[in-house]
Amino acid sequence: MSPPLLGVEEEVQSNVSSPSVDCGLGLKERNYLGLSDCSSVDSSAVSSSPDNNKNNLNLKATELRLGLPGSQSPERETELCLLNSGKLDEKPLFPLLPSKDGICPSSQKNVVAGNKRGFSDTMDGFSEVKGYAYAEKSWMFHDAGSDSESPQTVGHGKYPGNSGANVILSARSPGAQASVKKDEPANVLQKQPHATNGINLKQTDISNNKSSAPAAKAQVVGWPPVRSFRTKTLATSSKNNDEVDGKPGPAALFVKVSMDGAPYLRKVDLTTYSTYGELSSALEKMFSCFTLGQCGSHGAAGKEILSQSKLKDLLHGSEYVLTYKDKDGDWMLVGDVPWEMFVGTCKRLKIMKGSDAIGLAPRAMEKSRVTN
Amino acid sequence: MMNYFPDEVLEHVFDFITCHKDRNSVSLVCKSWHRIERYSRRRVFIGNCYSISPERLIARFPGVKSLTLKGKPHFADFNLVPYDWGGFVYPWIKVLAETGIGLEELRLKRMVVSDESLELISKTFVNFQSLVLVSCDGFSADGLAAIAANCRFLRELDLQENEVDDHRGHWLSCFPESCTSLVSLNFACLKGEVNLGALERLVSRSPNLKSLRLNRSVPLDTLQKLLMRAPQLVDLGIGSYVHDPSSEASNKLKHAIQRCKSIMSLSGFLEVAPRCMSAIYPICGNLTTLNLSYAPGIHGNKLTKLIQHCRKLQRLWILDCIGDKGLGVVASTCKELQELRVFPSDPFGAGNDAVTEEGLVLVSAGCPKLNSLLYFCQQMTNAALITVAKNCPNFIRFRLCILDPVRPDPVTNQPLDEGFGAIVQSCKRLKRLSLSGLLTDQVFLYIGMYAEQLEMLSIAFAADSDKGMLYVLNGCKKLRKLEIRDCPFGNAALLEDVGKYETMRSLWMSSCEVTLGGCKTVAEMMPSLNVEIINESDQTEFNLDDGQKVDKMYLYRTLVGHRKDAPESVWILGDLTRSEHHEPSLNDMIQDMKLKNVSGDDDFIIWESNNFKLQGNFSVYGYNPFIFFFHPVVGLGVVASSCKELQELRVFPSAVFGAGNDVVTEEGLIRR
Repeated sequence: MSPPLLGVEEEVQSNVSSPSVDCGLGLKERNYLGLSDCSSVDSSAVSSSPDNNKNNLNLKATELRLGLPGSQSPERETELCLLNSGKLDEKPLFPLLPSKDGICPSSQKNVVAGNKRGFSDTMDGFSEVKGYAYAEKSWMFHDAGSDSESPQTVGHGKYPGNSGANVILSARSPGAQASVKKDEPANVLQKQPHATNGINLKQTDISNNKSSAPAAKAQVVGWPPVRSFRTKTLATSSKNNDEVDGKPGPAALFVKVSMDGAPYLRKVDLTTYSTYGELSSALEKMFSCFTLGQCGSHGAAGKEILSQSKLKDLLHGSEYVLTYKDKDGDWMLVGDVPWEMFVGTCKRLKIMKGSDAIGLAPRAMEKSRVTN
Repeated sequence: MMNYFPDEVLEHVFDFITCHKDRNSVSLVCKSWHRIERYSRRRVFIGNCYSISPERLIARFPGVKSLTLKGKPHFADFNLVPYDWGGFVYPWIKVLAETGIGLEELRLKRMVVSDESLELISKTFVNFQSLVLVSCDGFSADGLAAIAANCRFLRELDLQENEVDDHRGHWLSCFPESCTSLVSLNFACLKGEVNLGALERLVSRSPNLKSLRLNRSVPLDTLQKLLMRAPQLVDLGIGSYVHDPSSEASNKLKHAIQRCKSIMSLSGFLEVAPRCMSAIYPICGNLTTLNLSYAPGIHGNKLTKLIQHCRKLQRLWILDCIGDKGLGVVASTCKELQELRVFPSDPFGAGNDAVTEEGLVLVSAGCPKLNSLLYFCQQMTNAALITVAKNCPNFIRFRLCILDPVRPDPVTNQPLDEGFGAIVQSCKRLKRLSLSGLLTDQVFLYIGMYAEQLEMLSIAFAADSDKGMLYVLNGCKKLRKLEIRDCPFGNAALLEDVGKYETMRSLWMSSCEVTLGGCKTVAEMMPSLNVEIINESDQTEFNLDDGQKVDKMYLYRTLVGHRKDAPESVWILGDLTRSEHHEPSLNDMIQDMKLKNVSGDDDFIIWESNNFKLQGNFSVYGYNPFIFFFHPVVGLGVVASSCKELQELRVFPSAVFGAGNDVVTEEGLIRR
């Protein structure tokens, strides 16, 4: 299977050597070039799970550039540690997550050791951040790279070999690195003796190259063959969504919903609703078997608009009220802030007995004044 | 002496032959038919703007009113061609304008269209009616303003997927108040704001408007007003479909849409709040075309619910967020489906909800009329492809793109040779094929063996050796466009049969094993080809080492020699002193004809749908006994296949050709 591998190397080179691509393209493609320029195993590892949500990631990375280049990596790292250990309902708060979701299944399929999932996720997720953080200018790579190595080792102390492998590999030729990728986590773990040995890694990889070569090609200019107009347009539209909603477009934003007296929890994806009214009627359906009297009827009546005042009415008039835990951990009445802000801050939902929730109202009002 | 038929009669008969290929065939029957066809041809298609010059176009077809021109190679769509490669329309417009051609319609694809060109069009061609720009760039709203302001009879302004420099919306207000002729207006690709008042006024004074596609900046309430004014619309492209909080607006919209009973094609939804999708349910039952491929906002249940209302769909373009389950809904709902395109919503990501082989199998089982497919998916299996081939043997276009380009069958870990083999074997009418996934030479053996009607083939990351390409070149007799990237094809494959390239419109090879020397050889052997090397590396000096691999090679046949507008990164190989108007000698041509004739008269006659290959030399054939000796035989065959309505045919000996020559044989009669 040497021809495909050859193809990989060639392509990487040709990417690097085509400056005009740079002018014609948007952020994404420039980033490809950047990645190849970097010649780092980190950047190639990105492609192990064909770079999901590149756009979002990249934009975030760009935004963070406002600070000093080196300063952001440790910060990112903490986020990632949180992600990995984090609970499900924290997911949506981190824009990186959607891409992680995409990665998990694909990398699992290819990584033989299924029980190493946590690790491979970490690898992918982390290296992605690194890849993007350093993609812009190759000179930054060494600096920032060394900065971030230590936090990484700290963060994943269980796998000390990992960062070492990264460092060593990053010195190697683009082609070889491109071929490491996906299998690397498995290699590192399964073949400890060889883990830091680049040559061995590469050899293992050649035997597996059917699964790894494609990943390299995912970086190739012009593949998949989607009209650049289409790519750009879809990218803009998801960016617009970002701006509008203050969150990554397609990402789901699941929060748990509990109800006083109900024997189970449910989860709802907040991104699928655009107003309080929609959320309310959806919850009403979900918990209809437990809702009594007024809450249900109110919900139905207020399907179109469930304004703040209505919610207050609900509080007094109905048996149940909808409350949420914000990111500070405080319980608030749903409806106290504009919907977009609510989506950004809501961590949990609870349908409380109205009598229990009475104390919440003033606090909620206060809080909203403060936030405004 | 063909003048037993007055020219007018023949011309009238020819008017009924609209297909380019048939017109080309007719023009080959005899000298007189050629002449009449030449003067009566109104529509001309040119698949490559560098294959012929505008002067020769006019010399051959002085009555042309509608011109279709294509510029950059297809791979330009995917950023594989430098943006400054060429494909300028201005030289064409300039010549057409100078010669006083009464151009009425211009359709351009992948060309660089300057504002200057648009202005020239608008000021020169007084009866100009139709401008269709697809994947073009180089112009701005100023050019559009000129078209709007000056083309008094404009019927069609169709802008599809163009990269427009300037997005100001003033151009819409440039349509004069007297402009009432619009039938089709599509500006979905423009990014900027438009003058909504002007748009409303324009729509309300265009009683014949059938097709209207709006851009992102046209909000829902404007849409509602437009629909109230143009309930006759057949084709609607919705821009922004963002839910207005006041229920009044959505009620109004519902009401407006219900009046539009004639809408058969729906597209757009560039911005969506999916809540109010139910407003369009009433018209879904009539839809034959639905394009949601720019509508990432419609997904999940909303999408499937919507599709469940579209029972008459023939053409569906959609994003892969529909998922395999959603495709199952398509399969059970859309029994009339003929064309399906599934685009990736996130081409560079793993795509959580991307589609797989399952969805394709479901659709193929549920939609027996399916004949055109573009399918971006995560994975594909041989078994699935074999099933698809069995279920839908009618494919004409089959383009499969596995996002991971050399991914094998995930079940067996085998290459997808057998699967694609099954497709080419059972789909006898296949004209266009795109391959992806792990593939060896074997699949090309199948393609060469079975894909007899194949006209365009796209190959990426496939094959093991030169053999792959050779199978295709030797096997696919009707191949017109071949595009290859990242395949191990080298000089041996390239040089095996260079004559073949004259029968084709173009060949693209990038990141293959072809060397500079190989390309030079082709250029030397085939003076009728332009062999272009695209070198985008930083090297300012071209490495003249023949052994050097070329990054990108694009070759195409041409009658006008080297183009003069190539940028520095493009080298055109061959003898630079060659005359610009190179024409192959008559002998070359006869040899050529004999070669082509081997594969049957269709191939011989229809070298190229627009017949330009023959055009330059055409005048000579009538005087050459050798050529006309076999021409009429073929010619009558063409009449037989083209003129199904023909009730009477008389064939007269032509004095021009000399009495002794056996110009028509029994064979021609039989075919008739």
